Amino acid sequence: MKLKVNGREHEVDADPDTPLLYVLRNDLALNAAKFGCGLGQCGACTVIADGEAIFSCLTPLLALEGKAITTVEGLGSVENPGPLQRAFIDEQAAQCGYCIAGMMMRAEALLRKNPQPADAEIRAALMPNLCRCGTHMRILRAVRRAADLMRTASAPEGGKRSER
Amino acid sequence: MNDIRMSRRSVLAGTGALIVSFAPLARAFAEEAGQPAKPPLPGSLKDYPFLDSWIRIDADGTITIFTGKAELGQGIKTALLQVAAEQLDAPFASLKLVSADTSLTANEGYTAGSHSMQDSGTALLHVAAQARALLIAEAARRLRVPETELKTQDAAVIANDGLALRYGELVADHFLHVQAAPQSRLKSPDGFKLMGKPVPRVDIPAKVTGGAAYVQDLRLPGMVHARVVRPPSYGATLASIDTTPAEKSPGVVKVVRDGNFLAVAAEREFQAIKAMRILEAAAQWAEKPSLPKSTDLPAAIVALASEDTKILDRRQPISVSSRQLESTYTRPYQAHGSIGPSCAVAHWNEGTMTVWTHTQGVYPDRAAIAQMLRLPPDKVRCIHVEGSGCYGHNGADDAAADAALIARAVPGRPVRVQWMREQEHGWEPFGPAMVTRALAALDDEGKIAVWDYAVWSNTHSTRPGEAGSLLAAQHMAESFPVPAPKPIPQPEGGGDRNAIPLYQIPNARVIHHFLPAMPVRVSALRSLGAYMNVFSIESFMDELASLAGADPVEFRLRHLDDERAKETITTAAERFGWSSFKERPGHGRGFAFARYKNLAAYCAIAAEAKVERESGRVRLLRVVAAVDSGGAVNPDGIINQVEGGIIQSASWTLYESVSFNDTRITSIDWSTYPVMRFAALPESVTVHVIDRPGQPFLGTGETAQGPAAAAIANAIADATGKRFHDLPISRQRIKAAIGV
Repeated sequence: MKLKVNGREHEVDADPDTPLLYVLRNDLALNAAKFGCGLGQCGACTVIADGEAIFSCLTPLLALEGKAITTVEGLGSVENPGPLQRAFIDEQAAQCGYCIAGMMMRAEALLRKNPQPADAEIRAALMPNLCRCGTHMRILRAVRRAADLMRTASAPEGGKRSER
Repeated sequence: MNDIRMSRRSVLAGTGALIVSFAPLARAFAEEAGQPAKPPLPGSLKDYPFLDSWIRIDADGTITIFTGKAELGQGIKTALLQVAAEQLDAPFASLKLVSADTSLTANEGYTAGSHSMQDSGTALLHVAAQARALLIAEAARRLRVPETELKTQDAAVIANDGLALRYGELVADHFLHVQAAPQSRLKSPDGFKLMGKPVPRVDIPAKVTGGAAYVQDLRLPGMVHARVVRPPSYGATLASIDTTPAEKSPGVVKVVRDGNFLAVAAEREFQAIKAMRILEAAAQWAEKPSLPKSTDLPAAIVALASEDTKILDRRQPISVSSRQLESTYTRPYQAHGSIGPSCAVAHWNEGTMTVWTHTQGVYPDRAAIAQMLRLPPDKVRCIHVEGSGCYGHNGADDAAADAALIARAVPGRPVRVQWMREQEHGWEPFGPAMVTRALAALDDEGKIAVWDYAVWSNTHSTRPGEAGSLLAAQHMAESFPVPAPKPIPQPEGGGDRNAIPLYQIPNARVIHHFLPAMPVRVSALRSLGAYMNVFSIESFMDELASLAGADPVEFRLRHLDDERAKETITTAAERFGWSSFKERPGHGRGFAFARYKNLAAYCAIAAEAKVERESGRVRLLRVVAAVDSGGAVNPDGIINQVEGGIIQSASWTLYESVSFNDTRITSIDWSTYPVMRFAALPESVTVHVIDRPGQPFLGTGETAQGPAAAAIANAIADATGKRFHDLPISRQRIKAAIGV
């Protein structure tokens, strides 16, 4: 079946009941989404499908036909990180980092709908995701910073007006 | 993959590079040869004294740093590179790092106990400084100028006239194959450009962009995916199984049955999972009840036979007032609960087993796996690749053994095995349940005159080194017995870690009741016994301060003569605003302090909490910490570790307890083992680093666990007027105590 991931169409040869996570990781060699629990309890596998954050460990391929899937790889690269990635690097918002890609996709889904979330809204949005290293405070700061970066970037004239 | 699969030969190969043998046993040989004993070398240099065990400089200018310690998400790679680049005067970004690989690096044991900076960091500090001195000497010889006319910068020695000799030009065969000297000409901290600076972590960019960062991300050519089927309970035996349906399941390459060890390998990962579920359903296990009564766990713990050691016995004649107090504290079994279940890749090829693992100790893991496979250790290579945070001995080593055992049944094909969530929760070795009892008497001036403390605990390390520590080796047909547990001796201690208070008390006795019987599988969980002992001692200090009518911070200070301890305490108290704290109904403040292991980093924490009377729910408001890690190599790394330690300890302290019935562990996922989520976070966590440039590194990774627990407990006591002695201080317990 066809799968649209990070703006590219892929032909995937896997059983339709296969959860998206295994196809992303093994067929498309995308590392970001992680196996954490396979139960939708920890959020390490979170990706975005048509704007909604989903647990890729629970969502079978057959439910995703025609949907636009975004993973952390779709937000930018090491050479050219996107604002959310930039913000997580600037805040050094990782310890082991295993949960971070899921956190970022949960945050991305929030910021697409609500570009200026209050602190309580960020905390509420991140509730499905667990971090065991205790990086939470930095993750919150990174999401706030990303919101600021995105706002600056999307301001008229790309936020460069003040430079003139 | 190249960087992971490279051999030492390929690292060492290169134009004009030094190719030297790796000389781990130099010290032993030197001693055998009857050479006079020299003063001990600093850090891990005492075991690996040759400079080129740690730093290589190739003729093309490539500089490679070697460490036997592993990145666990604590940022050790970055800190070690800072130390090496600083003392070597080489650009930070130009250095390569090779870590924890039995073919390439020193055997630095486990990456544990907050030892990495003290062991590997100290070794690299001296090796880099001594290598720099050798490079200067070599340049002076070639240029025929005094060394004092030379300086180093950007991996070159520079003369007064501006002539620069690159490090790569200066090295010749065996240039760094020399023994380290006990003393080094270290740079003055005044001139530090990297040490003491918040250099961004080298591993974070890949982690936030989907780069290959974890052992879970390894995809080797021809690799198969495997899953294990674990018994449903400790000691269960496989009575019968028909493996045919699983073998016929799509994609299945091999079903492995070896005694009570059961696993399946398949071409695709989800095929392996489906086949695992089929096997699971087909397996008939004989179980027997072996677990203690969870309804009165502390009584069951104290009832176990103990081996008692008096670890402190200090007696001075004193007069004692009638003001005395006794308290007993308890802790349940608690889980590491790594977010990523343990994973490993193993490849059995031409008589050699290669295992990629997130173990904390590649050498001891290799020894255990080799014994399990009945192979000589040099036929097994363990390579560390990062995994999900472990916080101690989780399933990493067991998963490595699983992968190796399965790989032997699928020769020539790399095998990737990852545990399922219920396997990680159900089979990891938990942090041991513990009981402590504290008894003290005050003198007439309100100081502690007598202190009597006892701790009951299992061992806090069942780490491998022997095959019997590995689940696969315990379960296979020709099984290995679980090694007899041993206490970890003082001064570091295991169950008795931090059981000796740092406070000056004229009469003090501390007894470690070591419990050899382990009804529940246990091992090292971040800070070992220090979490419980500091929780107990620092809760008790507040109880005693109250008895003495003293302020908790002042009460601690009056029992301390260590100036660094006092400065850590006053810093935390001032930054928190301890003396200006305004009391409000339902709000409380709490304070706690410890020096980890009484020899590593100092940490003081003040916390403010609010307790909802109706629900018993605790809301953490502010947490303020001060930490003295000696010479701070990466202050932001220290802050990150302490922030994380506070949040993790808050989760242990408020929520966490492993549940079980008489046969099975029943906390097998995040719904049956809840941990802290975002809604329960403090409003703020602030960490102040007391930097002492040039002072020895003091391990920091675990220093916050105990103080955070006690500060929270003390804040809850202050808010509710009730003292909670049993962990976790759950909503239910609070509600029952303050009853609405």
